[in-house]
Amino acid sequence: MKKAVENIYLVLIFLFLFLPIAVLILFSFNTSSLNIVFEGFTVHWYKDLLQNRTLLEALFNTLIVAGVSTIVSTIIGTISAYGLHKYSFPGKNVVNELLYIPVVIPEIVLGISLLSVYTLLKLELGMVTLILSHICFCIPFVIISVRSVLEGVDPHIEEVANDLGASKFQIFTKIVIPMLMPGILSGAQLALTLSLDDVVISYFTAGPGSNTLPLQVYSMIKTGITPDVNALITIMLGVVFVLLMVSTVVQLRRIKKEAIS
Amino acid sequence: MSKIVLKIDHLRRSFGDKEVIKDFDLEVYEGEFLTLLGSSGCGKTTILRAIAGLDSVTEGHIYIDGKDVTSLDPKFREVNTIFQNYALFPLMTVEENIAFGLKMKKVDQQEIKKRVQEMLTLVHLEGYEKRKPRELSGGEQQRVSIARALINNPKVLLLDEPLSALDQKLRTKMQLELKGLQRKLGITFVYVTHSQDEALTMSDRIVLLKDGKIEQADTPIKIYEHPNSLYTAQFLGDSNLFQGVVTKVDVKYAWVKLEDAMFKVFSNQLQVDMPVDVIIRPENIKLSLKKKSDSVFEGKIVDSIYDGASTQLIIRTGQREIRAMLFGNDKEYVKGQEIFVTWDIEDVILFKRDTDEK
Repeated sequence: MKKAVENIYLVLIFLFLFLPIAVLILFSFNTSSLNIVFEGFTVHWYKDLLQNRTLLEALFNTLIVAGVSTIVSTIIGTISAYGLHKYSFPGKNVVNELLYIPVVIPEIVLGISLLSVYTLLKLELGMVTLILSHICFCIPFVIISVRSVLEGVDPHIEEVANDLGASKFQIFTKIVIPMLMPGILSGAQLALTLSLDDVVISYFTAGPGSNTLPLQVYSMIKTGITPDVNALITIMLGVVFVLLMVSTVVQLRRIKKEAIS
Repeated sequence: MSKIVLKIDHLRRSFGDKEVIKDFDLEVYEGEFLTLLGSSGCGKTTILRAIAGLDSVTEGHIYIDGKDVTSLDPKFREVNTIFQNYALFPLMTVEENIAFGLKMKKVDQQEIKKRVQEMLTLVHLEGYEKRKPRELSGGEQQRVSIARALINNPKVLLLDEPLSALDQKLRTKMQLELKGLQRKLGITFVYVTHSQDEALTMSDRIVLLKDGKIEQADTPIKIYEHPNSLYTAQFLGDSNLFQGVVTKVDVKYAWVKLEDAMFKVFSNQLQVDMPVDVIIRPENIKLSLKKKSDSVFEGKIVDSIYDGASTQLIIRTGQREIRAMLFGNDKEYVKGQEIFVTWDIEDVILFKRDTDEK
């Protein structure tokens, strides 16, 4: 009896989590162009998608913005986290606390602030401002992620490396970076996800020619979402799913290997 | 005497306005096993880190093999350090860890491989090449860190409490191993520890530190048997302290009076009414069931702690507790037994007390 209740509960939770996605995937194969009833199976929308210049351009922009801002914010964030951890300077505590502000303030506030700054600096809104904005809100997440790993690292390890003849640069590249890799990767992953689906900040800081996918989808709500969006999102889900599977398999293999040795 | 490989000249080190090392001088000879001994906060680790170059110095100079290295980066100093927590590179295998120093020096691959094998044999870790640090026990990890340092052929090997994270049995074993390694290779060791046992068993010379200054520097035997201060005497080994006053002096002997007893000591330079501190080691306390002519105290055994090889006795006489140590387990001396206490006059360690100090 208790077991049955537990199972029902589990099914309900999974339904709650995955039903929306399942519906979306289903409708991407729907012959009707209305997302209301399922009329029949077709891959028509996937063909349509290839013709939809606006959507593809938005996708391209999104990937560029997410890619560049992830790479840049990961590099800056990692170096900042290392510096903040290793060196002490006046006002270090203030800097540490300030870091959390972009994380906790409402996105809309950050969006308006960034817009004001760009206006003040007379920067034309476009890809550049969009990328700068994404880098800006991603950096703190990378710093926090990297720093959590840094705190568990034995400070003597760097000293040993120095003692054994490594230069500061060699210590950083050969010893520190590999040790921080889990934090760097999860920081980068966080940055990528945040950048990929950001609407609010992008809404304020994007300009003509820098429309991103979330912005495009958002603006389509007024006119109705076409099934080729469903198709696009289904493809993206597929890609994410495959990547997730690969990373899980790789991790499982490593754990198995460690268990054997 | 053999040549000086490490020389520290008027070293001072302050952190803020707190001076941790005060005018410290030291010469270490080639092949010597020197121990910096002291309680925590005495500055021993600070000195070691200054030699390695991991911390800067406020004043003074450090010479390695005659070269002034005071402001030289650690990577150029011909010394290597071993840390208490091993500090192995967690992502590298044992082999890669040990090879690190030579790789930084761009030594030829074949040569590195050969030397790593030699080192693994030296520290008895053959077959461990491909293991990761976390797959090793504490003792094995420490061996890897020793091999990783020794492969560079350092002029001086610096060891910062390398055994304190190990359990007692392993620690004793590693003490002997380290000492053996040092003899075999003839490398100078500067060893930092707070453990007097470690210092006494391993060292050629012990430098006892107190508040950033040398309290006494001597061989283990001298520092234990002839400490030149009360601090040294109490730091190394157990001791019974008797504080008294000299009451009578003749050519050879003097008599020290305590509140409840009186005993004889050698008279060298003692004067009547001089306050003195007398130290008697527990192993030099002599017990008897019957009163003898030289018995100093009469007391009662209140506790007996047996640890296999020896028995520690706590004897109470009046307000005083005296510790005695017997080898094995003497059945005559049991808890509750009335007993007489004395010692040989040669075993008395005596210090004149500065009256204004207390």
